[in-house]
Amino acid sequence: MTVAAIQPEEASQADAEPRRRRLALVASKGTLDQAYPPLILATTAASLGWEVGIYFTFFGLDILHRDRFEKLKMASLANPAGPIKIPNLLGAVPGATAAATKVMKHWMRKSQMPDIAEFIEMAQGLDVTFFACATTMGVMGVKESDLIEGCDIAGAAAFLDFAAAADVQLFV
Amino acid sequence: MTTKTTRPEETETLDTSGLLCPLPVYKAALALKQLKEGNVLKLICTDPGSLEDIPALARQRGDVLLATERGEATQTFWLRKGTMQ
Repeated sequence: MTVAAIQPEEASQADAEPRRRRLALVASKGTLDQAYPPLILATTAASLGWEVGIYFTFFGLDILHRDRFEKLKMASLANPAGPIKIPNLLGAVPGATAAATKVMKHWMRKSQMPDIAEFIEMAQGLDVTFFACATTMGVMGVKESDLIEGCDIAGAAAFLDFAAAADVQLFV
Repeated sequence: MTTKTTRPEETETLDTSGLLCPLPVYKAALALKQLKEGNVLKLICTDPGSLEDIPALARQRGDVLLATERGEATQTFWLRKGTMQ
């Protein structure tokens, strides 16, 4: 067994660059419409020169799941503001979610908005940190190999350690 | 309506017509990264949010918003790159 000595961090920050602003986001939802806001905020903040981290937890982890992020759905049930104006109860009818998802994707394409895959690429290109919630992985049986490249598997403490030094923290 | 008198000379021009947030800011930041400090980016936007977003981009990145020209459906901004990469 080897024991690695941990060096205390440099105490002096005198000649360090001025600290960049930091954004810490939690993405907890795995529906198509709820996947966009954290990715839009993250790419914007990174464009402003901020340091950005997103903690993907519970169904939000689907956004990092290589087989699921392109299949996120727009829920029709329990979403009276959804793209198809139907009585809420009919949102449970087979096909309603697929239809709402199709409309939502059409709207986004028509508006020249990037899709989820493109937003992920944009965010990673701007060095946004993707924290994958380790507990969610355990609970939902998600393996590291199920996730897209470049995720940091982390628990709540590691994310809070990042968020504690953030200027803006938001839960989506 | 014109809110400036003389147009600054731009080094590069970026047209984001038709694009919505976050793309004008995202693409402007990428374009600014390619410029040298002191160079000027002319940025054309149709996103109505850009009237607030582009000054915010300049403030946060430390670039200087030299001028704004407001047309019917188009806003044009001249940004002088600051020290941030």
